[in-house]
Amino acid sequence: MSKLFPKSANKLPLQIIILVFVLGGIATAATTYYATNKYTNVGYAPVQPVPFSHALHAGQLGIDCRYCHVGVDKGPTSTVPTSQTCMNCHNQVKTDSPLLQVVRDSYASGDPVPWVKIHQAPDYVYFNHSVHIARGVSCVECHGRIDEMDVVHQAKPLSMGFCLDCHRAPENFVRDPKLVTKLDWKHPEGVEGQVRDGKKFVHDWNIKPPQSCSGCHR
Amino acid sequence: MRYVYLTLFLIVVLGVSIFGFRGSLSTRSPLEVFPDMDHQAKYKPQAESAFFADGRADRPLPAGVVAYGRDTDMPAAGFLKADATLFEGKDSKGAWLTGFPSAVTVDPAKLLERGQDRFTIYCAPCHGALGDGNGITKQYGMGATPTFHDDAKRKLANGEIFNVITHGKGNMLSYADKLPAEDRWAVVAYVRALQRAAHANAADVPPGHKSELGIK
Repeated sequence: MSKLFPKSANKLPLQIIILVFVLGGIATAATTYYATNKYTNVGYAPVQPVPFSHALHAGQLGIDCRYCHVGVDKGPTSTVPTSQTCMNCHNQVKTDSPLLQVVRDSYASGDPVPWVKIHQAPDYVYFNHSVHIARGVSCVECHGRIDEMDVVHQAKPLSMGFCLDCHRAPENFVRDPKLVTKLDWKHPEGVEGQVRDGKKFVHDWNIKPPQSCSGCHR
Repeated sequence: MRYVYLTLFLIVVLGVSIFGFRGSLSTRSPLEVFPDMDHQAKYKPQAESAFFADGRADRPLPAGVVAYGRDTDMPAAGFLKADATLFEGKDSKGAWLTGFPSAVTVDPAKLLERGQDRFTIYCAPCHGALGDGNGITKQYGMGATPTFHDDAKRKLANGEIFNVITHGKGNMLSYADKLPAEDRWAVVAYVRALQRAAHANAADVPPGHKSELGIK
């Protein structure tokens, strides 16, 4: 009787089991690395209708974030500025720049500039900018160093885990509300000082970030 | 078996070279792995709408509309903008208000603090932190921004300054969209403080602060 299987086939069941584990490991690693906001959303930098540079306006000129994003300390939405806001200066500065034609047209016609939204919360998330600004959560915590970006990209994952990191330990992040738009500010005494002052703020201002579902989802 | 692992390794290398690393810049809109209910049939502020001809979900107010319904704790005068002192800076005879509207609480500390905060954000880029017209925009080709400290500006009534913030003047456009009426009055108060400070002398410094400034 001839041999149906070579002798090496004896090892095969074990090898298959090992291979299944290796494949499973690769699949798990790939999903963890690629299927979260840290990969899918961070780095999103769409082409905007006007090549507006935050590095120039917010960084170099030092214009406060709230000069343009008027709604941020008044309500849930950090509003995208009207073209009138641009024209406050650009009715005198660079009045014939072809790059600003879209803005001038928008100001004349009343139709908005079709800016592309970068930071998108899912529709079941009810995020409110003003409560965060009022309690000293800086813009930089969620948006990164916008004042250094020529083209804005999403810098933080903005996933639920990301929100909860702060909602569970706000003392690591809150600062004096007067400093919320100072994106380069760090506590002068480092992490220790931040946590010490943060704990004081959390206590004094009665900061109780919700961790229940209904805090953000409705 | 060796070939199986070699192939697997090549597949992983291929996958990484296609998908890249976290955080790399991309102009493509984000991939949605689980898009359940991320996009619901509702409009968020400043959203796009296929329904309206101009594509805007936020509707501009038709001319002549009157607000309907209000919070019970909001006075009608504030709601319908009927209070001419608060919203136009004019007294009952139509003259510019010299003081502050009765609806504004003139608490020196709070009003001035708010005024300073708002002035720094919305006014200082052109008018300068001191109100001398030397804001940062001057270096970038902004036209002559007047100083607040000449006689003509110091003689303006509060209501006139309020009116300029509300409706703009010359090259300056309206700031009413950025500053609600109460904030505009706070800015007026702060402008007054700047004018006072620019023409102050050593006698005006409170005794407790004289040593800080090296004044006897």
